[in-house]
Amino acid sequence: MRLSGLQKEVLALYRQCIRECRKKPEANRKHFQAFARSEFDKNIKIDKRDFAAVEFLLRKGRRQLDMYSSPGVKDIK
Amino acid sequence: MAALRSSASLLLGAASRPALRASAAVPAAVRGMAQVSDGQQQNMTASGDKPKLKTFQIYRWNPDTPTEKPKMQSYTLDLNKTGPMVLDALIRIKNELDPTLTFRRSCREGICGSCAMNINGTNTLACLCRIPPEDTAEMKIYPLPHTYVVKDLVPDLTQFYKQYKSIKPYLQRDTPAPDGKEYRQSRADRKKLDGLYECILCACCSTSCPSYWWNSEEYLGPAILLQSYRWLVDSRDEKTAQRKDALNNSMSLYRCHTILNCTRTCPKGLNPGLAIAQIKKEMAF
Repeated sequence: MRLSGLQKEVLALYRQCIRECRKKPEANRKHFQAFARSEFDKNIKIDKRDFAAVEFLLRKGRRQLDMYSSPGVKDIK
Repeated sequence: MAALRSSASLLLGAASRPALRASAAVPAAVRGMAQVSDGQQQNMTASGDKPKLKTFQIYRWNPDTPTEKPKMQSYTLDLNKTGPMVLDALIRIKNELDPTLTFRRSCREGICGSCAMNINGTNTLACLCRIPPEDTAEMKIYPLPHTYVVKDLVPDLTQFYKQYKSIKPYLQRDTPAPDGKEYRQSRADRKKLDGLYECILCACCSTSCPSYWWNSEEYLGPAILLQSYRWLVDSRDEKTAQRKDALNNSMSLYRCHTILNCTRTCPKGLNPGLAIAQIKKEMAF
């Protein structure tokens, strides 16, 4: 299946999130992965053609990633 | 009512006192009564008039339901019971009609720049924008144009602040002050900063600039360039050359095509267009 540019962006963000998890302390890595997954799962039902919504969620996701990837954040519930 | 009661008890108290005191107290009491009845008359005329209804159409969008499209919602207020400014109306809508309405506000006197929004097609501060009293047409209120919306009337100004940070908006110098105390400046030098330091960074001008709409990633925009110029002309700053170097590319400064929407919209009456022209002049020679 060919993916649209927007879909590729979403996948890239997800991949980036999972990668960032590796920089966290080993004991808490699972928590970060579960959190990232749950954030994506929340909006899994959104139509791929609803560009405005997907673009907004992408921006929101990037902002969240920025925040959680700072080295000060050690654990997440 | 409370005022009435207190003046009545004042009268009673005066009556029970000796005659001399009472006669002295009467004029004061009369004056007090006159004020109360004056106020009542004013209230009567204000509320006796038929209500001056005004409809506000306000942009609504909730990030919690991203699949829902943004929409305009109408609110009708009686202007007799509302303050004169658009911000008063917004606060009243939030207090009485719809507590979910979201907007930024702080000082309500044009000092903080929080309540910048697009009112009837013009970027301005809601706290400095009068509700036209005779005009019965609807007022349309949108967030600042071409900004990402956080919620309702709240724009995301992250990029704007990032650009502000990029121009290093602080005094840069290596030599200490000659007297070891403060950096002094002649009156003429200080005068150059007038019309520049008053900017409150409300982003009204930047978001009204078509050039900034299309190139907001790289073009700094009028507000930030005004601040750039403020630091370029500051006689105490010693990094003028570096500051000019940073602007010397096709995007940061030269995307200004003197459209002058910035000068027209500035709610503080400043002239970013002139400041940008001055920078261009300084860079040219």
